[in-house]
Amino acid sequence: MKGIIRASTAIVIISAILFYAVHVLESSSATSGSGSISVYNWGEYIDPELISQFEEETGIQVIYETFDSNESMMTKIEQGGTSYDVAMPSEYAIEKMKENDLLLPIDQSKIPNLENIDPYFLDLPFDPGNEYSIPYFWGTVGIAYNPTLLEGQTFESWDDLWNPTLEQEVILVDSAREVIGMGLNSLGYSLNSTDLGELREATDKLKTLGPNVKAIIGDEIVEMMRREEAAVAVTWSGQAADMMWINEDIDYAVPEEGSNLWFDNMIIPSTAGNVDGAHQFINFMLDAEVAAQNADYVGYSSPNAAALELMDPEVTGDERFYPTEEMRDRLEVYENLGLEMLGVYNELFLEFKMDMEK
Amino acid sequence: MTNRSSRPWYLAPYYIWILLFVIAPIALVVYFSFLDLAGDFTLENYANFFSSTYFRMTLSSFWYAFLITFISVLIAYPTAYWLTKTKHKQLWLLLIIIPSWINLLLKAYAFIGIFGLYGPANQLIQFFGAGPLQILFTDFSFVFVAVYIFIPFMVLPIFNSLDKINPALIDASRDLGASQWTTFRRVIFPLAINGVKSGVQAVFIPALSLFVITRLIAGNKVITLGTAIEQQFLVTQNWGMGSTIAVFLILFMIIIMLLTGPKEKGGALNGKAK
Repeated sequence: MKGIIRASTAIVIISAILFYAVHVLESSSATSGSGSISVYNWGEYIDPELISQFEEETGIQVIYETFDSNESMMTKIEQGGTSYDVAMPSEYAIEKMKENDLLLPIDQSKIPNLENIDPYFLDLPFDPGNEYSIPYFWGTVGIAYNPTLLEGQTFESWDDLWNPTLEQEVILVDSAREVIGMGLNSLGYSLNSTDLGELREATDKLKTLGPNVKAIIGDEIVEMMRREEAAVAVTWSGQAADMMWINEDIDYAVPEEGSNLWFDNMIIPSTAGNVDGAHQFINFMLDAEVAAQNADYVGYSSPNAAALELMDPEVTGDERFYPTEEMRDRLEVYENLGLEMLGVYNELFLEFKMDMEK
Repeated sequence: MTNRSSRPWYLAPYYIWILLFVIAPIALVVYFSFLDLAGDFTLENYANFFSSTYFRMTLSSFWYAFLITFISVLIAYPTAYWLTKTKHKQLWLLLIIIPSWINLLLKAYAFIGIFGLYGPANQLIQFFGAGPLQILFTDFSFVFVAVYIFIPFMVLPIFNSLDKINPALIDASRDLGASQWTTFRRVIFPLAINGVKSGVQAVFIPALSLFVITRLIAGNKVITLGTAIEQQFLVTQNWGMGSTIAVFLILFMIIIMLLTGPKEKGGALNGKAK
């Protein structure tokens, strides 16, 4: 009995000490400025130096958290219990969050730097008048490939992925809309198709890609391509830029049948606790120099016209990552298809994974 | 303990815990499994589960879980037997257990490096003259890593039950003229069978719902029920369907517990082999 009492006392004392230590650490790191904001962003999607710079300039402490899919981000905000002040979802997620009243309107008078943004990226169908969202980055879905491992094969068409010489060489991104969308595009259908016949046809075609598929994975794609474990990957433009940063042999192409054009935007969730701080943060990120530094670091395409002028013309003139408006016309933006259709896409994606030809 | 039927007050925290964290969540899972996307009552999720995709997924989950468990037993049984014969039992046991303290994700990422085209595994193969092989993202790598992860959970219970066997029983068997094989088959194996059963429970059930390494090590070419549940909750946001799959997983687990559960309390110690 004595032993139990002694052990319990020890546990209580140690817990108390740890609790106190956490308290001391937290209060010493919080600045006395105008509070803090929490930012909820994709992984590897901001230059961490800019966060410190923002903290120094405004005295606002930034709590930074990351998510890996629009869906998990929405689920977390919808459930409440969080108080994220700024988040960076993609366009179709914004449409859906708007429907579910998960967004606060943005006061544009507090965002003077909005004038830096290229008008092409403003007033888009998913958010007319930019009432709820401010552009952050944009990009495409395409094929990243390493010509040194491929004996000169190039990728003008999605059908090039079906080339029998690519056995066990192609990595696909683990995301239903991207992969099913690629199947639809390769058949000349819209990647927002809700026609069950077209979707069936696309899935059946994807299954024949099986022998070429090496894996269906997430962010690990970048490492795989850098280390030349695989020669071809269907992925987002920014991931391709990340790969090229380390392995200069890698190239990127957007197939001619069309592909996805996407926009990630800064929004203020309805659960925000520091709306004023959120506006300051958004305005800060739109500053020409800040946006240029951020685009250099992240590698995705910036919608910030003033920032592009400050950047290396070799980067901003690269049509693989900054396609001309004419090229952009071939691309499609995801529409919010509703939960029902999203379910259909995911069931088909699951079926594709199960039934890939070996 | 004069009155066995009355529940002593000190068990109250236990009952509250069980109610809040075991019974309530299972009840919620069952409840959600009857809801469709709009939150209305439906039986469609159950009809869906018996569609071909999920049925085949269940079969393949079982197949891989069986394979993983079987190989684990094959490796763990001799290991545990050998452990009981060594001098520093506790040290060896510790060495086998330590890897299970390392986070699963870290181990998975380590294997991505080891099994890669330019990793040590392929260097070894090339040393023996063969070309680089695609090891990562295959059935082999999936089963290998899963077995590696689960082995400690199989070794431990088997070791415990083997270690408890009274050596006098084995001596007696020998004295009465039984061969080594007969001694193993008629004395050691029946006495340690409960250890194997708990090992099977500890491995087979989690193996049914593996999902992290199906993506990292098998590149989503192996799909288990765990992968499907994760998808339904996080991506499709169809909590109803996700819960339905979970209900079946719980049912399978109960069946396996019943099949492998000990039939007799303390059977391993009292030496009455049946």
